[in-house]
Amino acid sequence: MAEHFVPVEAPPSAGLGTPPVIAPGHTFGTVTDKISAIVLTRKTPRGWYVGFGIAFLLTLVLLASVSYLLVEGIGIWGNNQPVGWAFEITNFVWWIGIGHAGTLISAILLLLKQTWRTSINRFAEAMTLFAVACAGLFPALHTGRPWLDYWLLPYPNTMGVWPQFRSPIMWDVFAVSTYATVSFLFWFVGLLPDLATLRDRSQSKVGRFVYGLLAMGWRGSAHHWHQYDTAYLLLAGLATPLVVSVHTVVSFDFAVAIVPGWHTTIFPPYFVAGAIYSGFAMVLTLAIPIRAVYGLEDFITTRHLENMAKVMLVTGLIVAYGYTVEAFIAWYSGNAYEGFMIWNRITGPYRSLYWALLFCNVLTPQVLWFRRVRKYAPGLFVVSLIVNVGMWLERFVIVVTSLHRDFLPSSWGMYRPTMWDWGTYVGTIGLFVALLLLFLRFLPMISIFEMRTILPAAKVDEDVREDLRVI
Amino acid sequence: MKARHTYGLIAEFEDPTALVSATHRAYQAGYRRMDAYSPFPIEELTEALGSHHSKLPLIVLIGGLCGGIGGYALQFWAATMAYPINVGGKPLHSWPAFIPITFECTILVAALSAVFGMLALNGLPMPYHPVFNVARFALASRNRFFLCIEATDPQFDPDETRTFLQTLGPREVTSVAD
Repeated sequence: MAEHFVPVEAPPSAGLGTPPVIAPGHTFGTVTDKISAIVLTRKTPRGWYVGFGIAFLLTLVLLASVSYLLVEGIGIWGNNQPVGWAFEITNFVWWIGIGHAGTLISAILLLLKQTWRTSINRFAEAMTLFAVACAGLFPALHTGRPWLDYWLLPYPNTMGVWPQFRSPIMWDVFAVSTYATVSFLFWFVGLLPDLATLRDRSQSKVGRFVYGLLAMGWRGSAHHWHQYDTAYLLLAGLATPLVVSVHTVVSFDFAVAIVPGWHTTIFPPYFVAGAIYSGFAMVLTLAIPIRAVYGLEDFITTRHLENMAKVMLVTGLIVAYGYTVEAFIAWYSGNAYEGFMIWNRITGPYRSLYWALLFCNVLTPQVLWFRRVRKYAPGLFVVSLIVNVGMWLERFVIVVTSLHRDFLPSSWGMYRPTMWDWGTYVGTIGLFVALLLLFLRFLPMISIFEMRTILPAAKVDEDVREDLRVI
Repeated sequence: MKARHTYGLIAEFEDPTALVSATHRAYQAGYRRMDAYSPFPIEELTEALGSHHSKLPLIVLIGGLCGGIGGYALQFWAATMAYPINVGGKPLHSWPAFIPITFECTILVAALSAVFGMLALNGLPMPYHPVFNVARFALASRNRFFLCIEATDPQFDPDETRTFLQTLGPREVTSVAD
């Protein structure tokens, strides 16, 4: 049975038998103290230092890989004709997809009034920011001369040259930079009242100064809250179409080309679903250890885990549908190149990766049909790791197997990653984890003010509300 | 040395209902220059203060339109006038290819307007504000609720207003130094 695996099992809320989004017995004060103490007073757990040490070492691997790349050029990577895009695009799509869950949780679930999002949105948004930062590195480095990347931006220059706005790569530049900016704004606006809380509660001079500076003099005035709520809702409304557009544009990088295996109309929805799928997997991968290490089972309850598992199951099924349609269209179109492409994926030199991706992304999530698995944190953690791997494999298969054998057998080739490919990829994982751990240490990982609003005491009595209407 | 001015009188409450009803009663008593402070947004509070609509949606709409029109205009101008490139005889003004960037520019400028508009309308950043002089005001970002009637209100009178605030059932009433 599941009961003995979950340390603090919250009693079910009235009627439905679903666990509540916050354990009972909390007040405005306890919620504030518990979350702000992680940053301000509690001793940093030993696990944090170990994790940060490892992540920092991996970040150094990234630095070394990038430094060598800047000296030698992208010849140190394994990609060469016919596989001109390999690890860097795979990693770019993987990272940016992971980011999508953060925006989905913070924007779309806010508009849908899903209160369970409240305790996970803050660190999911942070995850988005750091994932987008890692994603952006890859195309920037792949240009070959990263110090000239500013040429991608439209600015009047002495060369008299303007970017080619018809190219999906330019669309990418705008989509990803807009996404990074809006994600940052959304995250920062959400942090503002909590920064004021930290300012007021910090015991150290430095803390009061830095949090005070960042809080910009927020004082919780009713007039301010009114504008704030409006701004937050508007941002959510803007971020919702944005997040859908970003992975759509990323899929256009492929779909607009004529390479078999890329040139398909299913790509935009299938990429967006895949992004949310991998993003929720990453949120689970992070949330399960974080809530265990920091003892946050009161705030991130089994209800959250279960809901996230459900989102993963749904998006996983959409992704499975995408795989099916890809294969079906390859056959139904009667196009010899399309047919060969799918046959090459299933039986060609990269077949083991294709089968592994089917195992990870289609077979594994089926265990989420069982409620017992959805509520069992260690099990979910394993599933989320497998899905993370599977989604990386999916992008690798799409990028590399499509390119390595296209139209002319005389120009076929193979791609094998070099240690610098691996070094850059593993290095970004280190950077991501290091940034996330710094965030956990210095900023409130759960939105304190939003947690206050979901407490029963936050409701204004009905008779007072009646009085207001009389005016 | 000049005597310190009073910014107003501040009353502290323990829960949102008490704050909303106190604010409502202060409004009915004719006070207008006042503000309520709470650790989280309370929708009813805005109503109780007799607050007006926010201008923010209009600012965001204008920002979004500027972003969209600007983004499209930039592409149109670059692709047809500043740097025309003939790609396979296709029209220079190939508008469908300009839509993704137009969309992204709309969102970008609208989002920037939302955030900077919100900050501007709220007068932030504002590192100093008299209410911070009240020691217990630090709890306004934790679990306490405050109502401040400002000295600039025409009805304000140090003694009468204090007596009035006392009738609203506060935990305590303090004077706010300017």
